[in-house]
Amino acid sequence: MAEAAVAKKQGMTFGKNEKKLLVDPLSTNNPITVQVLGICSALAVTTGMKNSLVMAIAVVFVTMFSSLITSALRNAIPKQVRMIVQLVIIATLVTIVELTLKAVSYDSYKQLSVFIGLIITNCIVMGRLEAFAMGNDPYRSALDGIGNGLGYGVILMAIAFVRELFGKGEFFGLKIIGASPEYWVDTAAEGSWMGWYQPNNLMILFPAAMFVIAVMIWIHRAWKPQLVDVS
Amino acid sequence: MHSTNQVIKFVLIMTTLVALTLAGLFTFLKPVHEANEALYNKKAILSAVATKLDTPLSEMSGEQIEDLFKTSIDQKVVNQRGEEMSEADVVAAGYKGGKAEHVKIRKEKKKSDADRLLPFYTYTNAKGEKSYIVSIVGNGLWDEIWGNIALEADGSTIAGVAFDHQGETPGLGAEIKDNTSWKNQFSGKELYAANGDFKSIAVVKGGSKGGPHEVDGISGATITADGVAEMMDRGMSYYQPYFQKIKK
Repeated sequence: MAEAAVAKKQGMTFGKNEKKLLVDPLSTNNPITVQVLGICSALAVTTGMKNSLVMAIAVVFVTMFSSLITSALRNAIPKQVRMIVQLVIIATLVTIVELTLKAVSYDSYKQLSVFIGLIITNCIVMGRLEAFAMGNDPYRSALDGIGNGLGYGVILMAIAFVRELFGKGEFFGLKIIGASPEYWVDTAAEGSWMGWYQPNNLMILFPAAMFVIAVMIWIHRAWKPQLVDVS
Repeated sequence: MHSTNQVIKFVLIMTTLVALTLAGLFTFLKPVHEANEALYNKKAILSAVATKLDTPLSEMSGEQIEDLFKTSIDQKVVNQRGEEMSEADVVAAGYKGGKAEHVKIRKEKKKSDADRLLPFYTYTNAKGEKSYIVSIVGNGLWDEIWGNIALEADGSTIAGVAFDHQGETPGLGAEIKDNTSWKNQFSGKELYAANGDFKSIAVVKGGSKGGPHEVDGISGATITADGVAEMMDRGMSYYQPYFQKIKK
C-alpha cells in the first residue's frame, strides 16, 4: 500500500509523498465521494454555506490534532485499548471545539447544535487514526489529517453551495434570488426576466443532500474512471 | 503487548489529563458562555419588537444591544394570579439575578400552572410609545418551541412575534423561526374578540381568510404550526389576569 511506503521515509521533509498525503483526499481518495464516510453530517449541516464552513474548520482541526496526538502516542498506546484511547482523544478535541465555538460564535453554535458533538462519531476521524496515524510519524499523520479534513470540507462546501443557492436563493447568507426587493435578483418585481423562478424547497430538506452527493459521485467517477469499482 | 498494569496506568494518566484539560477550559470559558447566552436571550426578546427598532438587530453590535435593552426595556416577573413577584421570590425560584431576563421559560414549562413565573417586558420607544413583550413556550413536532410575543399598548393587537425551536426540521417546522413573511402575518392580529372575550390566534391549514384571529399555516409543517397556535392560546391566557389589572 502507498501508505506503508510513506511510513518508511522519515524526517520533516516535504516531498512528493507528503504532497500526496495532502492532495489525494481532495480528489482520488476523497473521504465522502470515494470512501463514502461521514455522510450523516454532510446531510445535516449543508443547508447553508456558513454552517458548512464552520463544520469544515472544526473537522479539519479535529482530524489534524487527533492524528498528531495519536501518532505521537502510537508506541505508548496499549494495543488492547487502542480504540478507546483514540475515541477519548477525538472526544476531547471535539469538546474543546464545542466549548470554543460557544464562546466565539454563539449563533453558529446554536445552529449547528448537536452536529458539532457528532464529529466524534464521524467515521473519517477514527478511520484515519486506525489506518494511518497508528503506523506513521506525527508529521505525516498531521498532514494526512489535514488532507482528509479538507477533502471532507470541500465536498461539504460544494453541497452547501448547491443547496443554499437553489433552496433559499442565497450565497453565504447574501440574498441572491428571491421574491422580495431585498434580493439581488427580485423575481417578484414587475417585468422581471426571472419571474418564472421558484426556489426549490426540496433542496433545504435532507433528501436533497443525498441527491446532490450522488450526482457528485457520478461526476467524479465519470471524470476519473479509475475510481469505478469493477468487482 | 502491554501488561495489564501498564494498561491501567496509561488509562488512569490519560483520563486525569483529559479531565483536567476539559474542566479547566470549561471553567475558563464559563463567563464568556454565560454572557453570550444572556445576549442571545436579550436579542430574542428585542426581536419581537423588531419592526419598532430604529436599526435592525442584525446590524447592531453586542454592546449596542445590551445598551438598547437597558434603556428601553422595563422588566417584571408576574404570576398567573396577575401579581407582580419580588426579586426575592424569583431568586427563591432558582434564578440568580432575580429579574425577568434570568427566568428560563423552558424550565418553567415543567412546573404546574400555578407555580409558573411569567417574564413580562415593557418596551418604550424614543417617542414614549409602549409595547408589551411576553414569553411563551409549547411543543412542536420533535421538541419544544418557544417565543416572545409583542403586543401594542392596548394589550390586544400583536406588534410582532419571534419564535425559536429545539429541533424542528429545516425548511419545514423551522420556518416558524426563519420565515420572516410568515411571522409578519401575526402583526396586527387581535387577541380579543369584538365582545371583549380572550380569543387567541389560530393557524389555519389551507389559507386564512384574513380574519383578525387567524394566520396561514406552513405547508409540510402542520404539527409545528398547530403547536404554535396551542402555545399562543395557553401562553397568552396565562398573562390575562395581569393584563386585566394593568388595563384598569
